[in-house]
Amino acid sequence: MANQEICIHTFDNGLTLIVEPMADVQSAAFSMLLPAGSVYDPTGKNGTAAILSDLAVRGAGDRDSKQLSSDLDNLGLQRSEGVGGGHVTFSGATLATRLPDALRIYGDVVRRPHLDAGQFEAARMGVEQTLTSLIDEPRQRLFQELRRRCYDAPWGRPSEGTLDELPSISVEDVQQQYKSGFRPNGMILGIAGNVDANEIQTLVGEMFGDWEQQPVPEITVVPADRRHQHIEHDSTQTHIGIACDSVPYKHERYYDAWAAVSVLSGGMSSRLFTEVREKRGLCYAISANLNSLPNEARVICYAGSMTDRAQETLDVTMAEFRRLPNGIAGEELERCKARAKSALVMQQESTSARSSAMARDWFHLGRITSLSEVRDRIEALETGTVLDFLESHPFKNYTVLTIGPTALDVT
Amino acid sequence: MEFFETELDNGLKVIAEVNPAVYSAAASFFVRTGARDETDEVSGVSHFLEHMAFKGNDNYTADDVNRIFDELGARYNASTSEEVTLYYAAVLPEYLPKTFELLSTLIRPSLRDEDFEIEKKVILEEIGMYQDQPTFTVYDKTMATHFADHPLGRSILGSTQSITDLTADQMREYHSRQYRAGNVTLAVAGNTTWDEVLSLANTWCSDWPSGASGRSLDEARPAGGVELLTRESSVQQHIMSMSPAPSARDPLRYAAQILAVIVGDDSGSRMFWDLVDPGDAEAAEIGFNEYDGSGTWLTYLSCQPDDVEANLERIRRLYADVNESGVTAEELETAKNKAASRIVLRSERPMGRLSSLGGNWVYLNSYRSVKADLDAVNAVTREDIRKVTEKCPLNVLTTVGIGPLKSLALN
Repeated sequence: MANQEICIHTFDNGLTLIVEPMADVQSAAFSMLLPAGSVYDPTGKNGTAAILSDLAVRGAGDRDSKQLSSDLDNLGLQRSEGVGGGHVTFSGATLATRLPDALRIYGDVVRRPHLDAGQFEAARMGVEQTLTSLIDEPRQRLFQELRRRCYDAPWGRPSEGTLDELPSISVEDVQQQYKSGFRPNGMILGIAGNVDANEIQTLVGEMFGDWEQQPVPEITVVPADRRHQHIEHDSTQTHIGIACDSVPYKHERYYDAWAAVSVLSGGMSSRLFTEVREKRGLCYAISANLNSLPNEARVICYAGSMTDRAQETLDVTMAEFRRLPNGIAGEELERCKARAKSALVMQQESTSARSSAMARDWFHLGRITSLSEVRDRIEALETGTVLDFLESHPFKNYTVLTIGPTALDVT
Repeated sequence: MEFFETELDNGLKVIAEVNPAVYSAAASFFVRTGARDETDEVSGVSHFLEHMAFKGNDNYTADDVNRIFDELGARYNASTSEEVTLYYAAVLPEYLPKTFELLSTLIRPSLRDEDFEIEKKVILEEIGMYQDQPTFTVYDKTMATHFADHPLGRSILGSTQSITDLTADQMREYHSRQYRAGNVTLAVAGNTTWDEVLSLANTWCSDWPSGASGRSLDEARPAGGVELLTRESSVQQHIMSMSPAPSARDPLRYAAQILAVIVGDDSGSRMFWDLVDPGDAEAAEIGFNEYDGSGTWLTYLSCQPDDVEANLERIRRLYADVNESGVTAEELETAKNKAASRIVLRSERPMGRLSSLGGNWVYLNSYRSVKADLDAVNAVTREDIRKVTEKCPLNVLTTVGIGPLKSLALN
């Protein structure tokens, strides 16, 4: 693994800049996290952050919406705006020589967005269109609804918003969320690519150095209803979601949790794929992933089966979850380690993957794990420690949600 | 980057683009067979066979194939289109030899009866899964309607009935006819050497039977029409339209790609500003799909049912305007910048290079470097765009809708 040079600078106002120069590529990518995500949506107004992420790029500084879009396109920037629980995220990638110009435009988006009342209705309609289309996509809807049921609010609230609550959101709500959430304290900017770290730091300092801090808004936690539930839907398959508690990314045993989930669902030789799909032909798609928030995490599992076979799919899947603490073969763990190490090396070929991974690291850990550190942690894993972890931190508090024509028996 | 090519005695074409500056190597077999090479009796066999490829040969069981790929840390999978079945794997360079051996077994699998019966269930589940995704269903139905009497109209997945009726013997017969060396292109990209590629190809592929299968390249002459699948329980309406566009061998294909970016890219295009930006549609896009001997303009619209007719009318007016007046110099410049950036970013990973490398060889029998692709994009003129719309005007000839609508009036 190549030696990584990672430059971290936290400005006086709290903004953290992380730069990884990569000499062998032509591109550069950025990932800009602003602490204005959906957990800060006012109660009853879920969707405020989603509208904000859209509205912010509809005109900023001296550019209107079209000029802004056209200037970014001319820079060849492949971009996306996204909203998660914690953050509104702007990310993009282009030729490294064009990155500074693209960043300057995002300086306007972040500090001088128009948030124009005349554009608000269009942005709100866009969010409504996205949420409406989800109703017809049972698989996507399952993930959204399962999250709502396995995490306490506001972390379980859909970051895309809730259809019923959109009409109550006003442009003033969005402007307020902007004021409280677009702030340097808590903002993270990850950049990777063929760039000079000092030049980037100077530029970012010019753009954001004089920006004043804002107080961190408080959020109110409301416990989730974690009972098993069924949503009736006229679909061909029954879509099954299973969630249970595990440990978050910052936890000292995180890699043990990652390994346990990988034995279940990492690769096509993993247990769920082998037992549910390959041996029994019960489904096409099945997967389990470890989803982490700052202070808690869930294993989220999905499977879809024709309605008459869905019960068996659920039963076999649950049996695999229960069987896991009974034993893990050395070669199962070795396969997970090989896949992870290979993925780590290949991450060095993607500036987008590196910039977002570094920003995520900083958010969760307040530091950057180098690729070699991750590799060492993975190499140190042994079946004994993973099983010991499952005994001291068992997967627990299962929530099962199904969407389809008929409910299943969850025991 | 350096390019090499040769052909083995049995007709297998071997191409490689060697790049010592990347961390991984990717290898793939492009088999020139797909849904268009099937008959009614075996509809879906190409895709089913792609699944069966992973079930092993005389030396490896199905479990072995998945297990060893995972042990090697490979990113591997396969896909089936109307015209090409693709098998690929990306690995760290030191694991290329073993990965290649395994990848080569996929082309000559045992096709055991017991594996066939289990996998048939998985295929039926996959068909069920896609039935729950309106975007996919509308594509399948539009292809079938647009290419009604042409081989391109065949469904990739087949139907529940055709898969249920398919026998292992029929699949073996199809395999022996279509999977001969002359139908296969081996493409390798990334951190390897030409000597290594040659040695691997000679070791694992030189005993494959020679020969190739033909395919009629008659251009489709679609009659057009409107078809509506009413789903009263859904909320969003999905509309797809097709009309003839340049084929994969047409020199105008670069101009056609640029035109699609100008008119209907997912952001910053005419359709985006006209329909998506104001919130009148969730998606409104046009894509350029190229095939052997034919091509399509593929229009996709997703919106509230009540807005469909007005939105389609706007799209038709927009197309008429482009067909009549062309595009502006500014639009052309922006689209070129977008397209060029996409080419560069995709090329930074060996897996990204493979698709254009293999695709160009399969369709054009030619090598195009990243620079050649960039030059071709930069050379597109407004006159080229005019030639495209003169030959294949943007149009909505065949239209299919899925959603709540019970009728659709097209003027």
